[in-house]
Amino acid sequence: MAGSITIFLDKCNGCTLCVEACPFDAIHIANKKAVIDMAKCTFCGACVESCEFNAIELKEDACVKQDLSRYKDVWVFCEQKKGVIQSISFELLGEGRKLADKLGVKLCAVLLGSAVESRIAELSERGAEKIYFVDHPALAAFQDDPYTEVLVKLAQEYAPEIILCGATTIGRSLVSRVAVRINAGLTADCTGLDIDEKERLLLQTRPAFGGNIMATIITPNHRPQMATVRHKVMKEAATDKSRTAEVIRKSYPEEVMKSRTRLAGIVAEIEETVNLAEADIVVSGGRGLGGPENFAMIRELAKTLNAAVGASRAAVDADWIPYSHQVGQTGKTVCPKLYIACGISGQIQHLIGMQSSKVIVAINKDPDAPIFKIATYGIIGDLFQVVPALTKEFKRVLNR
Amino acid sequence: MHIIVCIKQVPNTTDVRIDPLTNTLIREGVESVINPFDAYAIEEAVRLKERLGGKVTVLTMGPPQAESALREAVSLGCDEAVLLSDRKFAGSDTWATSYTLAAAIRKIGAFDVILCGKQASDGDTAQVGPGISTHLDIPQVTYVKKIAEISADKALVERMTEEGYDTVETPLPCLLTVVKEINTPRLPSLKGMMRAKSVKITKWTADDIGAEPESLGLDGSPTRVIKIFTPEPRKGGELLKGDTADVAAELVELLKDIAA
Repeated sequence: MAGSITIFLDKCNGCTLCVEACPFDAIHIANKKAVIDMAKCTFCGACVESCEFNAIELKEDACVKQDLSRYKDVWVFCEQKKGVIQSISFELLGEGRKLADKLGVKLCAVLLGSAVESRIAELSERGAEKIYFVDHPALAAFQDDPYTEVLVKLAQEYAPEIILCGATTIGRSLVSRVAVRINAGLTADCTGLDIDEKERLLLQTRPAFGGNIMATIITPNHRPQMATVRHKVMKEAATDKSRTAEVIRKSYPEEVMKSRTRLAGIVAEIEETVNLAEADIVVSGGRGLGGPENFAMIRELAKTLNAAVGASRAAVDADWIPYSHQVGQTGKTVCPKLYIACGISGQIQHLIGMQSSKVIVAINKDPDAPIFKIATYGIIGDLFQVVPALTKEFKRVLNR
Repeated sequence: MHIIVCIKQVPNTTDVRIDPLTNTLIREGVESVINPFDAYAIEEAVRLKERLGGKVTVLTMGPPQAESALREAVSLGCDEAVLLSDRKFAGSDTWATSYTLAAAIRKIGAFDVILCGKQASDGDTAQVGPGISTHLDIPQVTYVKKIAEISADKALVERMTEEGYDTVETPLPCLLTVVKEINTPRLPSLKGMMRAKSVKITKWTADDIGAEPESLGLDGSPTRVIKIFTPEPRKGGELLKGDTADVAAELVELLKDIAA
């Protein structure tokens, strides 16, 4: 936590090493001595390490130093919908395995649901050594209150060191509540995780400002360290059918399962079977399509590739396709293996939502379209010719 | 009905540029705007007031210049505006931010609905809305794309999911975070703009909201940013040229392993 940071003026010679080391631009030199702007300082200690003259002292408040040693193990909250474990959970088990090995602790899965006993084996095959399992009708589908209560109770009783969760609609709603309840640190939408082995800290790297900058975030004095992780960034855990896990079945009194909100219905709306966030390939259309009927061409290519259909804001705002397909700042962020942008110029708001895709293909008639600046492969041309030609060629080569 | 809208002033993303020499974010000259998702929350609050009567209070935490975002919200139809500004709030992560906003909401008094944008465009966490509802111990529905029905004691809303949407009934008071699909924000009215100029903004500090000092700002923030860096900018690749059939064949050859 915070505390105090002091510069010993007799030792400081104004060398500026600390000014350069400060990640927050909080130090300047005045009268040949370092001065810290307390409004900017986060007590990160980077300056203390950089100073060659022992002129900076960081004192942490003793009262907030907690005993963190009782917290151990890496937990993965495994999201299920209609009894099906979501693929993000397998990605988290893959990443969680690396973290648990570095820390020398167990990788554990948390599974909440109703009549999902049969799914336990999948989680052990993916490498979970321990599975915390709560089965109750109130947990059949996600509802904020009972899911929060149960996860809070589990975390309080079994004290995990780390909890990972998908940065999904459910995940982001759930763990935001849990983190406040158990006074834990939570970092959203991570794209990189690692362990500082000396301090046993989870290093959480995430994009901010729409991916224009990256930040690495730690939770020094609170446990568990909680993070939501983006789809498709981590590699799925491999399956090994010989593995079995210890299953810890918990049941809780009815009041824990109470929900103030009531789930009245679940409606599937996306016409394609592929979920945009989970898709390996996304084919997107923009203003260049000229009208809603021309999305048929995009859908045809998407179908050929088992891809999801995306859209730019311009196409959504023109009511050519529902908002649930919108990729970009006010829509969804995707990072598929392949993103094919058809008739999308590449405004910054769109790029924010797809620029971390592994391969980007841009098809646009305007050679100056900004999308070409980030595209792996660009085709300057008429999409009404190029897209059908691509579909035809993919069908031929892939036998689809 | 009393509706509280929580907003954030953010740098305008369209202005965000990277200094090619130092590879850092250029902050000078970047315009500050209301977070895009919060514009939908403001509009929905004003529509609820128009349907059901009552008033809209807009709340923000930020530096003194965040006052301009509040005035803009008033021009769009909000009635009262509260600015939380104090150096003690500096360095707040989402835990401390939601704690501070919740403390201010308690001081504002009785309310029926709290509306927030689903996330802010600078941090993109989507954690502050749920954090506020948890600190206040009220029900929440996130990612709301439609308020289908609302009365004095409950609401039926549609919550966007990856596959479609859920319909959820929630008692009031509650907190809703909203997505773009919920409405099309209006432009400020002339009357609204006049009011925005003259409206008195309530300004509160940490002492005013009776917050625990150890829960504010950096002290109240479990997380610490230890490093900020600019990702390697993505470079444009290859332009494929030739007649359509050749280009299509070349591209399919390049992509067939990914697509298979």
